[in-house]
Amino acid sequence: MIDVIDLKKSFGSLEVLRGITTTIKEGEKVAIIGPSGSGKSTFLRCLNCLEDPTSGSIIFEGVDIADMKVDINIHRRHMGMVFQQFNLFNNKTVLGNITLAPVYLGIHDLRVKQFKNFFIRIKNLFSRKKTPLYEITKTRRQIIDEANENAMRLLKRIGLEDKADAYPSTLSGGQKQRIAIIRSLAMNPKVMLFDEPTSALDPEMVKEVLDLIKQLADEGMTMVIVTHEMGFAREVATRVLFMDEGRIVEENTPQELFTNPQHPRTKEFLSKVL
Amino acid sequence: MGSFSKKLERFWEVFYEYNGYQRVLTGLRNTVYIAVLGLVIGIIIGTLIAIVEVLPKYKRLPRILNGICRSYVGLFRGTPIVVQLLVAYYVVLPLIGVNLPSLQVCVIVFGLNSGAYVSEIMRSGIMSVDPGQLEAARAVGLSYRVSMMKVVIPQAVKNILPTLGNEFIVLIKETSVVSFVGAADLYVAFSYIGTNSYEFMVPYLVMALIYLVMVMAIAFLVRMMERSLRKSDRRN
Repeated sequence: MIDVIDLKKSFGSLEVLRGITTTIKEGEKVAIIGPSGSGKSTFLRCLNCLEDPTSGSIIFEGVDIADMKVDINIHRRHMGMVFQQFNLFNNKTVLGNITLAPVYLGIHDLRVKQFKNFFIRIKNLFSRKKTPLYEITKTRRQIIDEANENAMRLLKRIGLEDKADAYPSTLSGGQKQRIAIIRSLAMNPKVMLFDEPTSALDPEMVKEVLDLIKQLADEGMTMVIVTHEMGFAREVATRVLFMDEGRIVEENTPQELFTNPQHPRTKEFLSKVL
Repeated sequence: MGSFSKKLERFWEVFYEYNGYQRVLTGLRNTVYIAVLGLVIGIIIGTLIAIVEVLPKYKRLPRILNGICRSYVGLFRGTPIVVQLLVAYYVVLPLIGVNLPSLQVCVIVFGLNSGAYVSEIMRSGIMSVDPGQLEAARAVGLSYRVSMMKVVIPQAVKNILPTLGNEFIVLIKETSVVSFVGAADLYVAFSYIGTNSYEFMVPYLVMALIYLVMVMAIAFLVRMMERSLRKSDRRN
């Protein structure tokens, strides 16, 4: 699903990623662990081009999204991202947070199609060969209603439907992060990227967020998770990458990697955190 | 105290019976005119400069634009407004051979001057929004422009609007120097009354009060605006 080939990233003279090659298959849950400064967050952010890679390629659904000429916005719709600091839109209500992108993008696409159809109709008047019109299945109203319905369904799923009209500043960290997760889910992503989703949470809220991520994993969502929760990585991941100094030092199934690490650097790291 | 009531009497005589109040009204109108138009021009210029400075570098705006904006802001923040007025009226206009009424010169100079300050207000207002907000909007597939319009700028406005109100207050107060180039403002009106009644105590006192009332009224409006903008920050 995502093929990463020799991905490199440097900030000025600082080389953060020094050539990463890996493949993330559909349905896989990849956990990335490693000491701080090892480049794991940067790697995750490169996956949806929040950081533009310096070189290398990222093939997502057959398209190299590391290429600057590609319209990255279209591909980002299919990659959900969850941040350490939640990053809910402070100027929107909870419902507004979830529906902003589906509604805006839905209406935008509709307008583009209508615009193109207008010209196709004119062209069809004068030419024998009829060009088919773009199919328009939903009206503007339907897009909005559907997005709202979907958002309420997702909110109900995490039991926060009564918070739909609240602003993010009134919520607890755990609630914010769960809403951030369903905000990404509202776009029906093919893969979810988690950037240390529980690191900014109070300890008693970690579980509710991890439980939600676990549910998604059980439903077969493809995910890439940067985490410091070793127990969680062991339980949920199907594969664990250990990164250090901008390289993947070791990758294996969680059972193997945690119980029988091969590389001395991995052993050292695990002995410190476990 | 007896002498003060005499002064008051004399002020009233010139102010009311010799139509001094008309000059005061003209002065008041000019003051508000310069301040309001100056702020409008300032907001237009400031927005353009802020856009140039905030846009990410890969948007490939010519580098030179950034340099122009920097030097513009540096120039207008680095000299007193009186000097700018004098230079515009007595140096620049004669040099390019244009003849403009002093009131319009004042509007232009105040506009250019506040443009420099407003651009800084807007830039810092946008910069103070957490960069994570933009990232989150980009991550769900919105374009840079839409992310800015829907998420970042509405939050930046909350920081910008009250400060713009303060900039307006500053402008109102600074208009008191426009008489340097011969525009008729409140100072001109009241010094006329003073000269004609041979005493300056009451006219200047009244002038100070008028400025104070204007500024306090605007400050009150700014505070109301700020409060209604903070709605989404409040815990309910």
